[in-house]
Amino acid sequence: MVKIHVAESPRSWETKEIFVHEELHLIMGGEAGQGLDTVSGLLVKAVVRSGRHLLGAQHVMSRVRGGHNNFRLRIGSRPVQGPPDTFHLLAAMSQESVDLHKDKLKDPGIILVDAAWELPAGPGMVPIPFAELASRPVFRNVALLGVIGAMLGLEASLFEEQLKEEFSAKGDKIVSSNLDVLASSMKWAAENAPSLPLPKADDAIKMLSMDGNQAIVLGALAAGVRFCGYYPMSPATSIAEGLVHAAVEMGVVVEQAEDEIAAANMALGASYAGARSIVPTSGGGFALMTEAVSLAGVSETPVVFAVIQRPGPATGLATRTEQADLDLVLYAGHGEFPRAILAPATLEDCFYLTHKAFDLAEKSQGPVFVLSDQYLASAARSVAPFDLDGLAPIATPDLGDTDPGNYRRYNWDGPISPRRIPGHGESLVLADSHEHNETGNIIEDGGIRVRMQDKRQAKMATLLAEVLPPEFSGDEDPDLLLVGWGSSCEVLREVTAKLRDDGTRAACLCFTQVWPLLPDTFMPRLEAAGTVVAVEGNSTAQFAGLLRKTTGFHIQDTVLRYDGRTLTAGFVMERLRPILEAL
Amino acid sequence: MIDTKTYGEFKTSWCPGCGNHDVLVAVKEALAGQGILPHQFVMVSGIGQAAKIVHYLKCNGFNGLHGRALSPAQAVKLVNPEMTVLVESGDGCTYGEGGNHFLAAIRRNVNITLIVHDNQIYGLTKGQSSPTTMTGHVTKNNPLGVFDQPFNPVAVAVAMRAGFVARTFSGFHEHAVQTIVQAMRHPGFALVDMHSPCISFNKVNTFAWYKARCKEVSHDPGDWASAMTVAATFGEEIPIGVLFREERPSKDAQLPQCADGALYRKTVDMEAVKRRMFAHA
Ligand SMILES: Cc1ncc(C[n+]2csc(CCOP(=O)(O)OP(=O)(O)O)c2C)c(N)n1
Ligand code: SF4
Repeated sequence: MVKIHVAESPRSWETKEIFVHEELHLIMGGEAGQGLDTVSGLLVKAVVRSGRHLLGAQHVMSRVRGGHNNFRLRIGSRPVQGPPDTFHLLAAMSQESVDLHKDKLKDPGIILVDAAWELPAGPGMVPIPFAELASRPVFRNVALLGVIGAMLGLEASLFEEQLKEEFSAKGDKIVSSNLDVLASSMKWAAENAPSLPLPKADDAIKMLSMDGNQAIVLGALAAGVRFCGYYPMSPATSIAEGLVHAAVEMGVVVEQAEDEIAAANMALGASYAGARSIVPTSGGGFALMTEAVSLAGVSETPVVFAVIQRPGPATGLATRTEQADLDLVLYAGHGEFPRAILAPATLEDCFYLTHKAFDLAEKSQGPVFVLSDQYLASAARSVAPFDLDGLAPIATPDLGDTDPGNYRRYNWDGPISPRRIPGHGESLVLADSHEHNETGNIIEDGGIRVRMQDKRQAKMATLLAEVLPPEFSGDEDPDLLLVGWGSSCEVLREVTAKLRDDGTRAACLCFTQVWPLLPDTFMPRLEAAGTVVAVEGNSTAQFAGLLRKTTGFHIQDTVLRYDGRTLTAGFVMERLRPILEAL
Repeated sequence: MIDTKTYGEFKTSWCPGCGNHDVLVAVKEALAGQGILPHQFVMVSGIGQAAKIVHYLKCNGFNGLHGRALSPAQAVKLVNPEMTVLVESGDGCTYGEGGNHFLAAIRRNVNITLIVHDNQIYGLTKGQSSPTTMTGHVTKNNPLGVFDQPFNPVAVAVAMRAGFVARTFSGFHEHAVQTIVQAMRHPGFALVDMHSPCISFNKVNTFAWYKARCKEVSHDPGDWASAMTVAATFGEEIPIGVLFREERPSKDAQLPQCADGALYRKTVDMEAVKRRMFAHA
């Protein structure tokens, strides 16, 4: 525990002591257009470069200016899980932000405000003379960055380089003005603001910082993605943008289609021609793509859909988060065919599961889904470099051309037939949306239909052989077992640790693959637990429903969040209270 | 010159006498004339009677979804510029369900050839009106006659300055073949709107009807204003031939990522992935 003296003479506020454990929690709030996202981005990078673990979650409104956005940082000496609920520091760029967040301050906590505002002085309130530090309003965000940076004891150089990168395109004058503002703000803060030392650095490993979508981009690149078809829709767009930036160097064609329907159908065409394909989208866009999901199924064409959930129906809260599209993705498309759905819980999952998705899609010759959400997609985190050398190779199509005259794209030698690439040799490759025979030609024969359908369904074995079992952690035979999937997992791990600290026999079961399921890998856990609680970011406990449908096991208790906000440990603990009392 | 038998002979499910048979023969001849072997091209189609053509010739084929033929076709060419890509489908598929894709394909200008079997009716679903059905035409689902104005694909394409816009008639065999060949030689998106009668459900726009009206156009296809005029002409006279032609670089030819050939042959450059990963430091 580090003891911090908030105020010493000549400072003008009450003396307070802030106790920081191994973590520091910050929140910055203000209007869209004030540059808070820039501050947050620069701060994230500086903190991670200084050797601390970090998670930065954003809550932004669907508007370009005004409104109220906030960015939350959780900084630790050790890896940090879900977003924080309470804060040591609130940096308010608007008065509204003070009202909205002051109750979330830890006791004691610090609030940074504008000295020009007429606010009654309160405990921990630090008025910043923005009018002096930032000659023009555009510099206020950099002034705030300087003040927070100095309070955290970060070296100026950690920001200077980034500011140079960020503004170099705008000319030397802008760069030097920003650097001046930074320097004077850091100086002011060193003399006038309390210090809030960061948790100890973890020097064990040099960390990177990125968000979930950037990790998906890296996972796709490592898997050799060659085509991305998309139609812009947040929070998935940044995947396409990431691939656009890599496109020329890495050999990826990224096509902004005229609509989602075209994007998905293009991906299938590209995949048919041998290019590993990804389609990033969100629920509302994916709804339009479902016909292509069926086409991938019947034509046995590999494709990866990255579905980044946000609240619906019909695009309810455009910039918020939710886990409510599991049912959509699970049942998308007409007819029957196998599919796999991977649900990353962490940044590492975003990378490794995306890589795996490409392999599974090729191995099973069909659609595979990476089901993420807005929170995971856009939360910046510290992460150890991914193990690129340890990646398993991705399955490849049949690049031989033996006996081209007798090549049968859908032969019945096994559930997975040799997939050749048109133009590679003399073999003719025919893909069809209708039921077809072994060469891919349209048929109406009932017997062939049944055989072909059985062949496709038999590919389920390929998927089942590689199912990721859920991760169990906590007490064996717990009184309370929390069950979650995707991004809710890390909150479950944090809550489980808290419960166990408080003396409850608790455990959690975290699913990063939600379809197909192998009941043997988790049924004993469900059966051994006293009470099982499903924790999900939706209003109908979709995953609990799927477990029930698949296994007959009915999870009665749920903690569900569907207000568009991220699940946090605090939220879950609060909702668990009546369940805990009844244990 | 290749023997057209190279493309196989298949039993079709088309009505005897349907214009689709003539289109198929014309396509085979156009391919043979250019010496394109079955494994050197990909034929992409949507859904409808016309779209079944993929199954009636030896080829690499992608018979996708209703209205969606252009999307996979463009992607095939974008990731493998070495392939010759042909798209064939009906007027309902291409201009109705696929209308937005049609407009986008013109803008995108990928080097593919689109041949629309334009019979001004829905064949496979048995006789409903299509986007090109003429106003007043009484169909099964329009007992009072079609109220809507017909979509004029060639006029729209010329208006958008599509690189190659042609109209032809499946009943004029040589004209059809030559038009397809020219379209395929055009280095960019090429549209061939091929009138091809549905003898079962369209009793208005019959072989005789087209034959009496289709006349080779005599104008400079480089002249956009005159192309607009001939493209807009449809009725008692139907000008056929290359209506408009203008060369500009096709999208696939401009993408540096495909400069050295098909993308599926590329291996993953893990060093580059590593550099990109550490750029997040
Ligand atoms: C998404 C979808 N909607 C509707 C259909 C039904 N459908 C099949 S073919 C067709 C129309 C075919 O007309 P056209 O494209 O003009 O081709 P033709 O049969 O005349 O050659 C329709 C509406 C379908 N298969 N898929
Ligand atoms: S219904 Fe019409 S379009 Fe279809 S095959 Fe018969 S004649 Fe041709």
